[in-house]
Amino acid sequence: MIKVENLTKTFGPKVAVNDVSFTVQRGEVLGFLGPNGAGKSTTMRMVTGFLPPTAGRVTIGTHDMLEDPVPAKRLIGYLPESAPCYSDMTVHGFLSFAAEIRGLRGDAKKTAVHRAVEMCFLENVLHQSVDTLSKGYRHRTCFAQSIIHDPEILVMDEPTDGLDPNQKHEIRQLIKRMGEKKAIIFSTHILEEVEASCTRAIIIDLGKVVANGTPQELKRKAPNAGAILLRVNGVAAEVVTGKLRAVDGTERVQLVKEENGTVTVRVLPKSSTNGEFRKGVSAAVQGWRVEELHVEEGKLDEYFRSITASDTAKE
Amino acid sequence: MGNITTIAKRELSAYFASPVAYVFIVIFLLLTGFFTFMVGGFFERNVADLTAFFLWHPWLYLFLVPAVGMRVWSEERRQGTIELLMTMPITPWQAIMGKFLASWAFLGLALALTFPVVITVKYLGNPDLGVVAGAYIGSFLLAGAYLAITCLTSALTRNQVIAFIISVVVCLFLILAGWPPVTNILTKALPDNRWIVELVSAFSVMTHFEDFQRGVVDSRHLLFFLSVIGFSLFSTSVALRGLRS
Repeated sequence: MIKVENLTKTFGPKVAVNDVSFTVQRGEVLGFLGPNGAGKSTTMRMVTGFLPPTAGRVTIGTHDMLEDPVPAKRLIGYLPESAPCYSDMTVHGFLSFAAEIRGLRGDAKKTAVHRAVEMCFLENVLHQSVDTLSKGYRHRTCFAQSIIHDPEILVMDEPTDGLDPNQKHEIRQLIKRMGEKKAIIFSTHILEEVEASCTRAIIIDLGKVVANGTPQELKRKAPNAGAILLRVNGVAAEVVTGKLRAVDGTERVQLVKEENGTVTVRVLPKSSTNGEFRKGVSAAVQGWRVEELHVEEGKLDEYFRSITASDTAKE
Repeated sequence: MGNITTIAKRELSAYFASPVAYVFIVIFLLLTGFFTFMVGGFFERNVADLTAFFLWHPWLYLFLVPAVGMRVWSEERRQGTIELLMTMPITPWQAIMGKFLASWAFLGLALALTFPVVITVKYLGNPDLGVVAGAYIGSFLLAGAYLAITCLTSALTRNQVIAFIISVVVCLFLILAGWPPVTNILTKALPDNRWIVELVSAFSVMTHFEDFQRGVVDSRHLLFFLSVIGFSLFSTSVALRGLRS
């Protein structure tokens, strides 16, 4: 549904997005990750046709965004970063306007507004002016606007930003549910969100795609993925580390904690899927009083940090 | 066409959702009344026409039209709603036209509410209503020209005050270029080059508004106002495209 090819955007001498390509099919929820200023919003603005790209193509359905913008835009629902709304309108007025400009009239318009209001829990503020709304409500109003025409494609720039934990949960559930029938892109820097609702994630840094895969695949690439965490009691730390270091396939042994005779170590393997290594470790701990032993899954945020460290060097 | 109507409807409702619309209409009516009867000497003239009324319009509009139009695009940019508007399935041209027509219709409404002046002059004497109608058309076109210029300056900045000031300056130039005190100075300075004076004053709204005041709806003057509107709105579309790239 969404095809992005070699998308590049420069603002003067600054390259905001550099040769980004990806596709999103129906039924996919693509999480767009990256540090602040990595080019997430700029990419989304080009996908939705707000910014013209410096180079590259965006194809929405069968329509090219540059050559055929109106039919392309018709397929998209867009929630911009700051969730802008016309503050001089009521929630109902704003949503009716959004429905009308999407070509809905009469009963179809009424049904669409009603459905969006229900999905976003806006009944209580329906006739309130937008500028009197709290941030959460305003955000949901803009969200409602983006789904009013039941679009096939949803593009959301930080949809859960500024919401309380309950609202975040609701929105994530909503994204996940809608993702079954639509093609969705959303950006976030909350990594648990990606695990909760994405089928695929792209990590972008300094305008470039640095990783692309399912959340599981990305987690497996984390530095600690496949490591074994071990807690034993009554054995000296040197003995534990020494014995484990001798296990075939061990890359290195990390001493995590040592107190009251309990030693916690992390054993890092040379490769993450090594059955021999796991067997070796279990053999080595025979006879020790093992309080805990498990294989670490790898954390998305560790992987994220390991490949986007460049961010701290900027500005 | 449907999209233009939708945008225009929203824009008009935005005017009336805040006190801006009412304040503007009241002030416009008070000022037209004041200038017509107090400064213009409507009664002293002892003639049953509306010269004293229309004479002031270019000057009144100079401040009031930019006040109405300054928010058209700059507010959209300030609130970030331009990102919504430009990703809706409409062309930029439809958005520009919708917004312009809504504001123009609003100015037309304010102008229409000056009808008691017509009733007054009709009651007092026997005015030529054809002349009055022609002058109203001219006044409406004049407001449209100022408004289109304000739309353009409003698209250039997200600051409404800056949009207002630049519009006033541009509109002031369009008045002064054909204002007799200025053209007289030019004529004296360039006695041998009448064509320069004529060229400059051809750009003035005063030159073109004059005939309308006499009730003459000349196609050349009509064309002038419509091309100012057309050019300004076209430049608005260029400005809007520019700020997105």
